[in-house]
Amino acid sequence: MAETTLRFRDDEPHEEPAVSIDAFLDQSNATAVRIEAGEDARLLIPYLDRIALIEVDFPRFRDGRGYSSARILREAGYTGEIRASGDVLVDQMLFMRRCGFDSFAPDAPIDPATLDAALTRYDYVYQPAADDAVPVWKLRHG
Amino acid sequence: MYRYDQYDQAIVDARVDEFRDQTARRLAGHLTEDQFKPLRLKNGLYLQLHAYMLRVAVPYGTLNGTQMRMLGHIARTYDRGYGHFTTRQNIQYNWIKLEQAPDILADLATVEMHAIQTSGESIRNLSADQYAGAAADEICDPRPWAELIRQATTFHPEFSYLPRKFKIAVIAADEDRIAMRLHDIGLRLVTNDAGELGFEVYIGGGMGRTPFVAPLIRPFLPADNLFSYIEAALRVWNRWARRDNIHKQRIKILVHEMGEEEFRRQVEEEWQAILANASDFPRKELDRIATYFAPPPFETGLVDEIDRTDPDFALWVDQNVKAHKAPGYTIVNISLKPANGIPGDITADQIDLVADLAERYSFDDVRSTHAQNLVLPHVRKADLYAVWQALAASGLAEANLDLVSDIIACPGLDYCSLANARSIPIGQKIAARFADPVRQRDLGELKIKISGCINACGHHHAGHIGILGVDRKGTENYQLLLGGSGAEDASLGRITGPGFDENGIVDAVEKATNVYLAQRQDGERFLDTYRRIGIDAFKEAIYG
Repeated sequence: MAETTLRFRDDEPHEEPAVSIDAFLDQSNATAVRIEAGEDARLLIPYLDRIALIEVDFPRFRDGRGYSSARILREAGYTGEIRASGDVLVDQMLFMRRCGFDSFAPDAPIDPATLDAALTRYDYVYQPAADDAVPVWKLRHG
Repeated sequence: MYRYDQYDQAIVDARVDEFRDQTARRLAGHLTEDQFKPLRLKNGLYLQLHAYMLRVAVPYGTLNGTQMRMLGHIARTYDRGYGHFTTRQNIQYNWIKLEQAPDILADLATVEMHAIQTSGESIRNLSADQYAGAAADEICDPRPWAELIRQATTFHPEFSYLPRKFKIAVIAADEDRIAMRLHDIGLRLVTNDAGELGFEVYIGGGMGRTPFVAPLIRPFLPADNLFSYIEAALRVWNRWARRDNIHKQRIKILVHEMGEEEFRRQVEEEWQAILANASDFPRKELDRIATYFAPPPFETGLVDEIDRTDPDFALWVDQNVKAHKAPGYTIVNISLKPANGIPGDITADQIDLVADLAERYSFDDVRSTHAQNLVLPHVRKADLYAVWQALAASGLAEANLDLVSDIIACPGLDYCSLANARSIPIGQKIAARFADPVRQRDLGELKIKISGCINACGHHHAGHIGILGVDRKGTENYQLLLGGSGAEDASLGRITGPGFDENGIVDAVEKATNVYLAQRQDGERFLDTYRRIGIDAFKEAIYG
């Protein structure tokens, strides 16, 4: 279990333990949900306005299903916290940020200097995503 | 060709910096090999039997002279004086030291090159027709679209930890010179009845242990929606592909198991959902890219005759030189399949020579092909003899394009840690058996493709004659396949029966060609005769 959570949000951390999608769909008063790899993030779309935290689990860092889950949630207009938990490594966190993750609960500690370098290394991106980075085609054409 | 602006350059430079940092952390022990592996693979760095192998991207198989010279420099400085062109139009080096890999990437970045996404579970460097911009049968140059896809899929944040690798191919001609339908996504530029440009989209092809010819998933995709549609297909696959068995995670398996209809439905649904995000690049960006691929200033009023006085030259012209769309010009194929050579291998000096010839005779343009050869796409007929003489002096004028000795072979057990058997020596033995050029020409077009394991990097499923090396109780054993094709008449080869040892497979290939010679009708290629008479006549001759 993670010792620390890295947050890229200004609001207060939401401390309610996340429940499974099945449990959430059964008992409608939970405000924190956990998506396992392979589960369908779109099941949550009707309820996004009352969810404050969605935790997306990465059982292995090479399992990339969670990136799509985060983007789908952001595309649906969700503005609450999306937390990547599990086998989350520093070299993945830039793309996770781009997909809409704004907090991280990695199994192993992250070196802050390495993370800072990783998140600031690229000044430009080629494609739009869930972050506010402007794709270079837009910079080229104004 | 495309040139980087400050944005492209900054992105590639940042990648060099990132990989230098990752390598340093690995060497310092801060990253485990398990953690480092996918990071280095995303930069084309494999750990092979003897050393690291670095695969450098040649986007859509297009290079200029300066880039070629850099490839020669890398071969001399960091490798053993040669490189190896691959079946995906890339070049790889087999004797690389991990500590030097970041320096190589830095050198590459100075000539607008990189090794981004040339391996690993990512969207790989994409393939395109090696005759783009020169072929008479194309409706337009596919490379602007290829460059657009290159940018769109570079460091795609959602699709960088995919279930498996993902390969895209683009053509704009009737003839398929790149095995387009054996890719994860194959794209063919077409126009509809209204004259609008779009793509035929084929999804779910591939070789490997479970080969499929990709079905047509969308007959006409409006060209401007290319990226969003690819994103939709990638998302369906990324979300729903298996993750429990590495051999069943390619998109072809999902398409097959889900069924073509259901897969198409899900992609369409996803596409409609994301269209509103406006991820498609605007047409003005395509237009910007296309200006770099404007036709070179072809001269008019050129001599349209070739002086065929020299008989050796005439043979080479007949075999390796193809028709160009501009009068007075030709397309020159440079065979990297000399007798006793290694398919696709090229020395640093040969690389430099090709760079010189490209600059002097071909508008500074070189192409690499999936058949592991090179192309000078725009050579004046009047210059052909000089080009041939220069190539011949460097051992690059083998007149065997698409003949029996123009063999595709993977590196096999001589280099590759995945291989079960050697590929290169089998190719050499077959080429030696058919060494007589008169015999080769008599046999005509005959594509032999050899893989040293079931992963099929040597494209054996798509060979008119395919050979698959397997390990049978500790000895190398070679299976024979007949009837495959990677061209517009794409098909998968069938295994003839029990395998052979190293010499037996060469005999079996020869017997198959003898059946063809005895049975062929006017103008038939080996593949045509096979398709007409079926496999039994061949089996009888080979095993009878």
